[in-house]
Amino acid sequence: MNHLPQAWGRPRDDVYGTYDRSYLQTSTPNSHTQSPAVTGTSVLAIKFNGGVAMAADKLASYGSLARFTDVKRIRVFDKTTVVGFGGDISDMQYIDRLLDSIDVEENYSSNGNTLNAKNVHTYLAKVLYKRRSKFDPLWNQILVAGFDDDSKPFLSSADLLGTTFSAPHLATGFGAHLAIPILRRLFPEEMPVENIGKEEAVAALRECMKVLFYRDARSLDQYSLAVVTSDGVELKEDEKLEAQSWNFAENIRGYGTQVN
Amino acid sequence: MKAVENGGTAIGIRCKDGVVLAVEKITTSKLLKPGANKRTATVDRNIGIVSAGLVPDGRHFISRARDEASSWRNIYKGPIPTSALANRLGGYVQAYTLYSSVRPFGVTAIIGGWDPESELLVDGQVGTGPKSGSGGKVEGVKAGGPALYMIEPSGLYWGYHGAATGKGRQAAKAELEKLDLSAGNLSLYDGVKEAARIIFIAHEDSKDKDFELEMTWVSSLDGPTKGRHEEVPTGLLEDAKKAAMRSREREVEDDEDRPKSHDGERMEE
Repeated sequence: MNHLPQAWGRPRDDVYGTYDRSYLQTSTPNSHTQSPAVTGTSVLAIKFNGGVAMAADKLASYGSLARFTDVKRIRVFDKTTVVGFGGDISDMQYIDRLLDSIDVEENYSSNGNTLNAKNVHTYLAKVLYKRRSKFDPLWNQILVAGFDDDSKPFLSSADLLGTTFSAPHLATGFGAHLAIPILRRLFPEEMPVENIGKEEAVAALRECMKVLFYRDARSLDQYSLAVVTSDGVELKEDEKLEAQSWNFAENIRGYGTQVN
Repeated sequence: MKAVENGGTAIGIRCKDGVVLAVEKITTSKLLKPGANKRTATVDRNIGIVSAGLVPDGRHFISRARDEASSWRNIYKGPIPTSALANRLGGYVQAYTLYSSVRPFGVTAIIGGWDPESELLVDGQVGTGPKSGSGGKVEGVKAGGPALYMIEPSGLYWGYHGAATGKGRQAAKAELEKLDLSAGNLSLYDGVKEAARIIFIAHEDSKDKDFELEMTWVSSLDGPTKGRHEEVPTGLLEDAKKAAMRSREREVEDDEDRPKSHDGERMEE
């Protein structure tokens, strides 16, 4: 299955045959919005007892070119919400500015109510759905982490079609294929979130980031790591993968220059 | 102009590490909910506006200020400097003096803000940008700081160390002048106390009416509000009020010892 952002939202070639691109009418004025340009890859997140942890590497790719290596794809909203972006970086910037203007306007009323992660997720899902309905989608997969109305840890995703999905651990892009199985093995679905400690969750994310760097050619060994608790957001943007071991690479066949 | 002269007194004090805004909100009825119908408002995150005069005109003025701040952000991807906001609002108010179809604003507004002293990220910035060369960073540039402006119905505006408007402005101005604000020694916390005291003094002439003291502040980035315009916390506000009332009582006692002076001493302009 093609996990690349260019294939998101498209019928699968292996199921429906090659997509007839003439339907896309590439000469329309908005055609450049029908495909992403500079993209970020996976975002990972996991709920733990009393909060949520999220990780995303710092690479922005231009196709297969590793174009920018210092891109911060985890964004903080208010005090206890983080938003992680996969997909188009310029659309991420647009959404980030949108959230910033929402934050400014929210502070105009001094009633003490603030938007929590659940509110932000609902809002973003609606923005994304509205844009896909205008055939001008914001090319992102988004994870929103923080707290819900009952101050319980909240984690949910929204994508460029406006589809939403929630689970105790979530990942976008290649991470959905590689990290989710690892996280599910470490923290099975029937395991209550209360049994997962913060350190455990962060360690699992670090391990997954390593696996992604081994296997995802659009990833980087530098990443951002956010931990949301009721005390606030602890965002580290200079994390590096540690203790890499490339021994397994010897045994991989079928790629590169080796004959067999 | 008459409207402004009779509104509740509003003052602003520019301190070395922030700005305080305070307003005497006359409560016209006991049925009004305490703390409701705020007269001070936040624009963007770092600017506060308080106005004296017609309340609806003040609301519209603030709404315009917020629009200006957001349109500035749309263009420049950063917060509007307080001076630029005052300039745009000055132009807006002035335009209402030019046409027969509209009347001038019935408010004098005080705008207080803290322009960030550290280098700000551009809104939506994703990376760190170049370390040198074109678009690079200049080390050790000092910028930002406290700002205080007052805009009159004519559109005239000046920057102030201490500004006062509304009914009790004469008394308030006299007190502000005693503070020697241009020396730049007054701290924000002292500014809060002084602002409360001055509002109580300015209220003296209309003693029969009840009023609420509304006070907001904006500090430096490492100060109590972290560069944001906020309401002064209730505890601090109550302390400042008590101190103000105590100093009032002391002065009244002193006055009673002295022979009675003429009322004409504090004549309005």
